[in-house]
Amino acid sequence: MASMLLTSLRSSPLTSVQAAQFAARSLGTSVHLQAQAKSKKTLAKPGVKNIVLVDGVRTPFLQSGTIYADLMPHDLARAALQGLLNRTGLPKDAVDYIVYGTVIQEVKTSNVAREAALGAGFSDKTPAHTVTMACISSNQAMTTAVGLIAAGQCDAVVAGGVEFMSDVPIRHSRRMRKTMLSLNKAKTLGARLSLLGSIRLAHLAPELPAVAEFSTAETMGHSADRLAAAFGVSRLEQDEFALRSHTLAKKAQDSGLLSDVISFKVPGKDIVSKDNGIRPSTMEQMAKLKPAFIKPHGTVTAANSSFLTDGASAVLIMSEEKALAMGYKPKAYLRDFVYVSQDPKDQLLLGPTYATPKVLEKSGLTLNDIDVFEFHEAFAGQIMANLKAMESDWFAQTYMGRKTKVGAPPMEKFNSWGGSLSLGHPFAATGCRLVTTVAHRLQKEGGQYGLVAACAAGGQGHAMVIEAYPQ
Amino acid sequence: MASVRLLLTRRCCTALKTTTARTHVSYEVKDNVAVVRINDPTSKVNTLSRHMQAEMVEVMNEIWGNAAVKSAVLISRKPGCFIAGADINMIQACKTAEEVTSLSQEGQKIFDQVEKSPIPIVAAINGSCLGGGLEFAIACQYRIATKSKKTILGTPEVMLGLLPGAGGTQRLPKMVGLPAAFDMMLTGKNIRPDKAKKMGLVHQLVDPLGPGLKSPEERTIEYLEEVAVDFAKGLAGRKVTVEKKKGLVQKIQDFVMGLPPVRKQIYKTVHSKVMKQSKGLYPAPLKIIECIQTGIEKGNAAGYLTESQNFGKLAMTSESRALIGLYHGQVTCKKNHFGKPERDVKKLAVLGAGLMGAGIAQVTIDKGVATILKDTTEEGLARGHQQVYKGLNDKTKKKSLTTFERDGIMSLLSGQLDYRDFENADMVIEAVFEDLSIKHKVVKEVEAVIPPHCIFATNTSALPIKDIAAASKRPEKVIGMHYFSPVDKMQLLEIITTNKTSKDTTASAVAVGLKQGKVIIVVGDGPGFYTTRCLAPMLAEAVRALQEGVGPKKLDSLTTGFGFPVGAATLADEVGIDVAAHVAEDLGKAFGTRFGGGNVEVLKMMVQKGFKGRKSGKGCYVYGAKSKEKKVNSGAEDILKSFKLTAPPAVSADEDIQYRLVSRFVNEAVLCLQEGILPDPVQGDIGAVFGLGFPPCLGGPFRFVDSHGADKLVQKMKRFEEAYGNQFTPCQLLLDHAKDSSKRFHK
Repeated sequence: MASMLLTSLRSSPLTSVQAAQFAARSLGTSVHLQAQAKSKKTLAKPGVKNIVLVDGVRTPFLQSGTIYADLMPHDLARAALQGLLNRTGLPKDAVDYIVYGTVIQEVKTSNVAREAALGAGFSDKTPAHTVTMACISSNQAMTTAVGLIAAGQCDAVVAGGVEFMSDVPIRHSRRMRKTMLSLNKAKTLGARLSLLGSIRLAHLAPELPAVAEFSTAETMGHSADRLAAAFGVSRLEQDEFALRSHTLAKKAQDSGLLSDVISFKVPGKDIVSKDNGIRPSTMEQMAKLKPAFIKPHGTVTAANSSFLTDGASAVLIMSEEKALAMGYKPKAYLRDFVYVSQDPKDQLLLGPTYATPKVLEKSGLTLNDIDVFEFHEAFAGQIMANLKAMESDWFAQTYMGRKTKVGAPPMEKFNSWGGSLSLGHPFAATGCRLVTTVAHRLQKEGGQYGLVAACAAGGQGHAMVIEAYPQ
Repeated sequence: MASVRLLLTRRCCTALKTTTARTHVSYEVKDNVAVVRINDPTSKVNTLSRHMQAEMVEVMNEIWGNAAVKSAVLISRKPGCFIAGADINMIQACKTAEEVTSLSQEGQKIFDQVEKSPIPIVAAINGSCLGGGLEFAIACQYRIATKSKKTILGTPEVMLGLLPGAGGTQRLPKMVGLPAAFDMMLTGKNIRPDKAKKMGLVHQLVDPLGPGLKSPEERTIEYLEEVAVDFAKGLAGRKVTVEKKKGLVQKIQDFVMGLPPVRKQIYKTVHSKVMKQSKGLYPAPLKIIECIQTGIEKGNAAGYLTESQNFGKLAMTSESRALIGLYHGQVTCKKNHFGKPERDVKKLAVLGAGLMGAGIAQVTIDKGVATILKDTTEEGLARGHQQVYKGLNDKTKKKSLTTFERDGIMSLLSGQLDYRDFENADMVIEAVFEDLSIKHKVVKEVEAVIPPHCIFATNTSALPIKDIAAASKRPEKVIGMHYFSPVDKMQLLEIITTNKTSKDTTASAVAVGLKQGKVIIVVGDGPGFYTTRCLAPMLAEAVRALQEGVGPKKLDSLTTGFGFPVGAATLADEVGIDVAAHVAEDLGKAFGTRFGGGNVEVLKMMVQKGFKGRKSGKGCYVYGAKSKEKKVNSGAEDILKSFKLTAPPAVSADEDIQYRLVSRFVNEAVLCLQEGILPDPVQGDIGAVFGLGFPPCLGGPFRFVDSHGADKLVQKMKRFEEAYGNQFTPCQLLLDHAKDSSKRFHK
């Protein structure tokens, strides 16, 4: 009953009490808050713990095969964790739990969370686990942390994600593995020799991992190209969006806005303190590239796709009381979030389209209430397709069971410090970057609500609403 | 000269255009590219009818006459069909070979113009591109196809007893090479896009799209058009080249094929292979070889002439008529003539996980219907489950299914030993042992657990449905669904209704069968219904022939020589000697001496010795040996010797034995029509060909009577009757047809 009341309150922004409250607030507290009436003053709910992002950091995101090439995944994760400790001055034993995301697993460190935590000098009494959910793995790590805090099980949790594409597990063929495993068990010399004799040249061919759906065997780029075609996204639009991403990223980098990046002294190499994938090009140059996946008539190219990236990120999440008790000034509240999933073949990368209206509905906001949008840019074509889908009543009605479209975010609020296309996309590290960026942008631009949305392999998606912490 | 003629036709066409608006072919010019869209508003598929051809010629002439047009794209507006072929009715309407030849020549001429088009034409293919449609496409300068599951390319003419008569026999060998061209045209098989690209049949592939701002089908066609237009521009601007660089293998192959003795050897090999497989009963494959050979050895003009003449000749053959008749029959039998059932069957239960039960389950889950497979023992269930899995897994090996699709399909199957969830079943099909008391027990058990609307279908091959329904509280919900083994391969489903079966029950059974992809005949109730009843006398005659000393191999070659795909002895082994014995005994009791001939004891003795056919490793033949050569089972021969009969010399010539077998089949079929078991000759022909392998070149028993002549058949039967008695007495309807030659089963 109470919740019903709450919902009805939430969904009717025009109640006089609220309007009055809002007016008072906007007059009294904020000078640079955009002069737009919000559907809700705050997303705080009575009886529900406020959970805050204290801070977030990331290693520079580097193109795979560059300076990080000789590391291991947990080394990168360690760097991010240590960076977080340095940035926040957090006592190492104050953390109750660590959750880390990763996608392509290094089999030696399958629980990379634990290996990295130990290496980063966290107390060995702090448990850690690893989650995986493709490109939204660190989103999953963060929401796991939120869940642990909301359930009252923890007060301070470190979440993060790491991806290391400079080295990926390349396996022997199944036949070869079988022979090798049998060899272990073979007792006599004869048995061993006969097993060795059964090896054929073809068995020696290695199995390479691909960024492909297991269920459909389609590579993600191929699916993105088809998605772009389905929504009639042209090559030009994609190149333009990619160029925008690189240009904005460069601007953000140059003006020092990317403050989540920490410096990292790579063993045997120099100190790295900047992302190295930001390369604003020209439309002419980009137009020269051949399609990378659907040949020869496709539209997705190396220049309008995110590149293979090494990187790690980490955030410190706490209950508001704990953060305040420890003397922190939190950056943002982590509010409602959703996970969605859909057809992994034809709608593989439409996660944001499905997740955005759902999370807005859940939090009682409209698209207009959002001041800052951070969407994961897997491919320029994927972003453009999502924007078109969000603008389509027909799509909303036919495929999402909604009455109307949610609408596309206004571009001036959208990924204005660059995105995965330009900054890089270490699969499992991107989620934390998005959330931290929203927090920083809200602070910088003076907005109240931010929205993170991302697609992920498997046809899944995620969105989260973030509220600025009052300054 | 040619250009003058072209001009003239163009002028007369523009005159035409002002009088009639075009309905089938339209075009628009985009950026100097003419996009020609075809859509037959009167049909689900596009065919090259006279109307379509006329409009196409008109449009092409307009395009060729327009200097602003630098290239063209040919595309269909129908989502699942480019052009499905020539209009069969147009060919059938012809009275003489010359008429058909001239049809062929008209087609050749149009495609010749297309081939020599001054501007590049891109065929954009989505959906079926068959027969004349493919011939059109290969006359174009460039081909782009979607990778849609519906996109198939092929020359199925041979299956209608015809040949690709609009230049196909001439262009294909040059395009895909001699061996591949032979393979395509002699088998008529469908070629999927990936294969087509590899063969060089299409130049580019386009992926089908998912949902966007329009439905996937609509947007995919649009996308195909966009891509095709780009290529058309590229071709016109010479940025895209048609010729592909040849690899080393290709170069070597071309060189080898350039040697006349090699080609000669190929013709010879193909010829002998065709003769071996068709037993010389099908003229079309031989004519196809002739056309290809003439074209390559004697040049284009001779090739095209031979093609059109042979096309005319073939259209007039009884084989072609028979095959076309089967095609039409099959189309008829793929429709539900009983209306839409009140409820869709969303959950099906199959009782008995044997060969049949598991087969039925497989074809059901394959179409997305949740299915319970129930057996009484764990071993039986495990075997059935494995059969279904293997059936689907084999498809993944052939790449027609992905492993994920296989797993998804398998998840619809619930194997169980109890009646759990039967309360949600919309239809139960029992495939338990053929024993009336067991069937009765099953009816009662099942009716205790199923909801009132649930249909009870029985998959029996011989027991009368009304006898099984006798145990039912709701006989209106009881129906026979006779599947053929192996269920996933055999296309036929024989549905049997009793006089109590309700129309909705029938409609529902037909709907399920159609969903399972079956060709359906609906027949009346009685011992053996239609199919088993026709087969039993023929098998009885086969046993008699065996007893008379005709060896299994000889018997097989006699029957296959007549056009049956499987010899009678092999067929008995496949069906199962025990099943044959069971049926022979049951039907013998029901129909008396007319079903006599061979001694049932022969079969019983074989069963006793464990010679149950292929499934037990021994029957008429011995199975399981590695060599392909089948060995005759000496144990069975010993049994036959102990039942030896003397062959009456007057009716024991090879041809006599063939007609003894066939006439008993045919007479019983006609009797089924006479007695009203069969509703019409079409279903009789379809049932015999698709269920029992009656020679397709004869088109089924009824068409056979028409083409052979009822009087001639009756004469033969009278001769056999003298030697053997009433098993060969022609039925009244057959006699009527013999008396009056104007009476025909097919118009």
